[in-house]
Amino acid sequence: MASNVDALFVFLLVVSAMMSLLIFTMVIFFAVRYRRQPGRRAQQIDGSHALEITWSVIPFCVFIVFFIWGALIYFKERTPPADSTEVYTVAKQWMWKFEHMEGQREINELHVPAGRNVKMIMTSQDAIHSFFVPAFRIKQDVLPGRYTVAWFQATKPGTYHLFCAEYCGTMHSGMVGDVVVMEPKDYQAWMGGGGSQPLALTGEKLFSELGCVTCHRTDTQGRGPNLVGVFGKPVLLEDGRKITADENYIRESILQPAAKIVNGFKPIMPTFQGQISDEQLNALVAYVKSLGQQPSGPAKDVAAASPQP
Amino acid sequence: MHTSIPATVQGEAQENPALLHHFATEQQQKDAASLGMWIFLVTEIMFFGGMFCAYLVYRYWYFGDFAAASSSIDLSLGTINTAVLICSSLTVAMAVRCAQIAKQKAIVVYLILTILLGLAFLGIKGIEYYQKFEEHHVPGQASFHLDGHIPRHPDVPVNQRHAQIYFSLYFAMTGMHALHMIIGVGLFSYLTYKAWKGVYGPGYYTPLENGGLYWHFVDIVWIYLFPLLYLIDRHP
Amino acid sequence: MATAVLESGERETYLNREYGIKSWLLTVDHKRIALLYLIGITFFFFIGGFFALLIRLELLTPAGDLVQADTYNKLFTMHGQVMVFFFLIPAVPAVLGNFLIPIMIGARDLAFPRINLLSWYLYMAGGVLMLYTILNGGVDTGWTFYTPLSTEFLKTNVVTAALAVFVAGFSSILTGLNFIVTTHRMRAPGMTWNRLPLFVWAHYATSLIQILGTPVLAITLVLVALERLFHLGIFNPSLGGDPLLFQHLFWFYSHPAVYIMILPGMGIVSEIVCCFSRKRIFGYKAMALALLGIAVVGFLVWAHHMFVAGISLYAALIFSLLSYFVAVPSAIKVFNWTSTMYKGSITYQTPMLYAFGFIGLFTMGGLTGLFLASLGVDVHVTDTYFVIAHFHYIMVGGMVMAYLGGMHFWWPKISGRMYPEGWGRLAALLVFVGFNLTFFPQFVLGYMGMPRRYWDYSHMPEFQILNVLSTAGATILAVRYLLPMIYFLWSMRYGKPAPANPWNAAGLEWMIPSPPSTYNFDEQPVVTWEAYNYDEIKEEVPVAH
Repeated sequence: MASNVDALFVFLLVVSAMMSLLIFTMVIFFAVRYRRQPGRRAQQIDGSHALEITWSVIPFCVFIVFFIWGALIYFKERTPPADSTEVYTVAKQWMWKFEHMEGQREINELHVPAGRNVKMIMTSQDAIHSFFVPAFRIKQDVLPGRYTVAWFQATKPGTYHLFCAEYCGTMHSGMVGDVVVMEPKDYQAWMGGGGSQPLALTGEKLFSELGCVTCHRTDTQGRGPNLVGVFGKPVLLEDGRKITADENYIRESILQPAAKIVNGFKPIMPTFQGQISDEQLNALVAYVKSLGQQPSGPAKDVAAASPQP
Repeated sequence: MHTSIPATVQGEAQENPALLHHFATEQQQKDAASLGMWIFLVTEIMFFGGMFCAYLVYRYWYFGDFAAASSSIDLSLGTINTAVLICSSLTVAMAVRCAQIAKQKAIVVYLILTILLGLAFLGIKGIEYYQKFEEHHVPGQASFHLDGHIPRHPDVPVNQRHAQIYFSLYFAMTGMHALHMIIGVGLFSYLTYKAWKGVYGPGYYTPLENGGLYWHFVDIVWIYLFPLLYLIDRHP
Repeated sequence: MATAVLESGERETYLNREYGIKSWLLTVDHKRIALLYLIGITFFFFIGGFFALLIRLELLTPAGDLVQADTYNKLFTMHGQVMVFFFLIPAVPAVLGNFLIPIMIGARDLAFPRINLLSWYLYMAGGVLMLYTILNGGVDTGWTFYTPLSTEFLKTNVVTAALAVFVAGFSSILTGLNFIVTTHRMRAPGMTWNRLPLFVWAHYATSLIQILGTPVLAITLVLVALERLFHLGIFNPSLGGDPLLFQHLFWFYSHPAVYIMILPGMGIVSEIVCCFSRKRIFGYKAMALALLGIAVVGFLVWAHHMFVAGISLYAALIFSLLSYFVAVPSAIKVFNWTSTMYKGSITYQTPMLYAFGFIGLFTMGGLTGLFLASLGVDVHVTDTYFVIAHFHYIMVGGMVMAYLGGMHFWWPKISGRMYPEGWGRLAALLVFVGFNLTFFPQFVLGYMGMPRRYWDYSHMPEFQILNVLSTAGATILAVRYLLPMIYFLWSMRYGKPAPANPWNAAGLEWMIPSPPSTYNFDEQPVVTWEAYNYDEIKEEVPVAH
């Protein structure tokens, strides 16, 4: 993908250079060729509709090429593939905290396998930050209060700069780190050396400790919707809207449950705002996402659990 | 040779006391003043517009909490204020009309009435703000609490943070409006003084007209604020 | 046309009519007000420039070793705020626009002279607040005031900075209002819209932006100040608000603001190119429409500053497309200026050298805007030095060049003196070297990935060589900006007295003496000629002086 961005950049560069050269040459040429000479007067030319139209339409067509090419790249950048390895990120003044699904935690250093899609699910604890890896040509602002997402696939093993690219206070320039891209087998080895608890398992424990499991049961008796298989599927709300259950929806449901009530259920879920940290929230989201996603075999049936009579 | 007309703001003595030195005709001066006032009102629309934009976004997102908060402000006081302002626009229009038909004393009467109505509006607003303070509905305070629940959802309590956003916008928008009213009252005091001095008549009433435009604008802003702030989801 | 004579026998001008500080501080003469602004603007330009110098000196080495991190953050914030709100936005309209627009349309003054004076006082009041902010410990929000950083996490003078910009904003609004009413109502008989100099059209378009956009910034800053003072949450997610709402409201003004900065400069370039090519402008109607087009479409593209901020994919697509629309009228203008030179009779006085510089550098800056409008590339280069280079090319390479070109072009009219042409040309040529050396390396730095607003880049020492080049250029620029100030001041005492029309240029301002008398015209002119009637002017530009 990075090479795609570079290709577009080079194209822009070439066209711009040609355009600049054209203008510079014409200005200099006219300045010299038509410098004041005794006996010659300037020739008044009012204008030319034909020229105005030509040099409006042709540049515009070139601009549209820039637009379309850029839009195609952007569309890909904003659509993470479904099979991505996920890493939860919490940015704060002035460091990056990463949490892999397998439970490894890193600060300012991110290990990823080469050749695999990696999806960053990011939020901030304070001000707005921005996740910027120049080598991958990606950048995404990281906002407090919600998740933003970026994804990449690193092709070459190596160590690459990670910068915060949105001014966030005193040590904004110190909020830098490295993305360490490893060969898949080296990455497996690095993973295995952790001994930490997978993120989804942490989430499962929390789900039980916080009492979520009492209402969100897997049968039809729960006072809350059955969450198995809910992630990524459409959800019908009680006001008639249909939305897709993404990470932000799950996050919002935990922090502001009254915002979107599932059709057929009562708005009785308490809010957990202020009671859990961002890391715990990530774990819960990871757990809910994992429900019904089985490594083999079809996913369990869809979330439209029958309502409580 | 042109007559010696001073270039500083202190002296303005000339043939026609109302015609300023840089205009060619009185009509040009009048047209310029009118256009200037209308453009100024456009800037005011954009100024309030920013807050209306914020309001619309949050009302869409937090409708239930906004509706609950809206029910907590005093509808009767708001309605009275709306009536007060509409009457004051009438008195302003009457003042301009009196200038057009050379009823000098009546101009002053109507202008004073306008000022009184404006002060009444501000007084009632003050009472409302005091009520909000008493009820702990002032945002940003630790003691803020809006009791109650979302309309039609008796089990869902009001989200306090969203309610605070409502009240932030309530105070910002009505506060900015009140500030404009205060400026309007000051402006009209000046106009009253000039009217009492007999400056305005059928030949010259541009300041009255333009002052009136300003007052009408402030009135119209209130006409929008009232339903948006006071009447969210109210049912008869 | 000048007939008024003072007791001393001297011809009466707006400068010698009255002396004394009160006659200046209480003046309603648009020409004196323009000079009052000139003092303020020059002062703030050097303050902003001084901050820039400190920034560049810090960036000579990767480590943050000149100033502390907080200080550096204050430096780039205040450089931005001072330069944008106290130099770039007011400079051309408040100095050259104020001075020239009434004369160019055949009027005695602007429509509202007292409001004009009020505008100046508001500018100075905002300036005093800004100075207070600077001296009281500074502010470090970035010129963009992003929330929740500015409302919750910083301990500096955010409210006073916001207030300073708010007050200066009203100066801008009132100036715009004044210009619009003046252009509509104060034109002399025969001065139809189609005969207006493009300088006037440019200021008209600028004024439309000023009156429509600035109030939105004003209210946004009020909300930021309220939020900070009363712990509200309108833009703060931890209190229920949305930081993106702030960004939308902020950029709704701040994008059109950049057109406030450049359109007057474009007006100046049109005047200069026509005079020094001895030709009327190529495509007058297209040029006027392009000015209006930029102003209107400029209001529709603000979220191109937010492509990675978390807006929806579809919003990003729309704003990217619209951003390409706004590039078209700018391109038309560059082509038209170039075509105006075709078959002209060209000389290379200082104003024309600045115009050449403008055309070249604005073209480069504008083309790099196309890079930024393209979503795929923008994701990589936004928030890096690429953006910094882009806007400095347009603002410094474009607008400041145009401003200086205009100052040189109309200096004889304003002061009654000629500036030294040799020094003028030297300074104009020096700017090319200094400017490109300062800012071209920054394009490369940005693409390589150096983020903006970085005090310390010791993790990426490979960026140093380009930074050193940039700083070297900046020192050349610093010296070279001092030059015009010095020789303009010198010329007021020792410069050759200027005739009414030292350039044999077209336009009403050249038909009255230099400097003008207080009321500009003895009798109201009646215009019977088209704009840029160089076909009727037989003389060429006088050679050296």
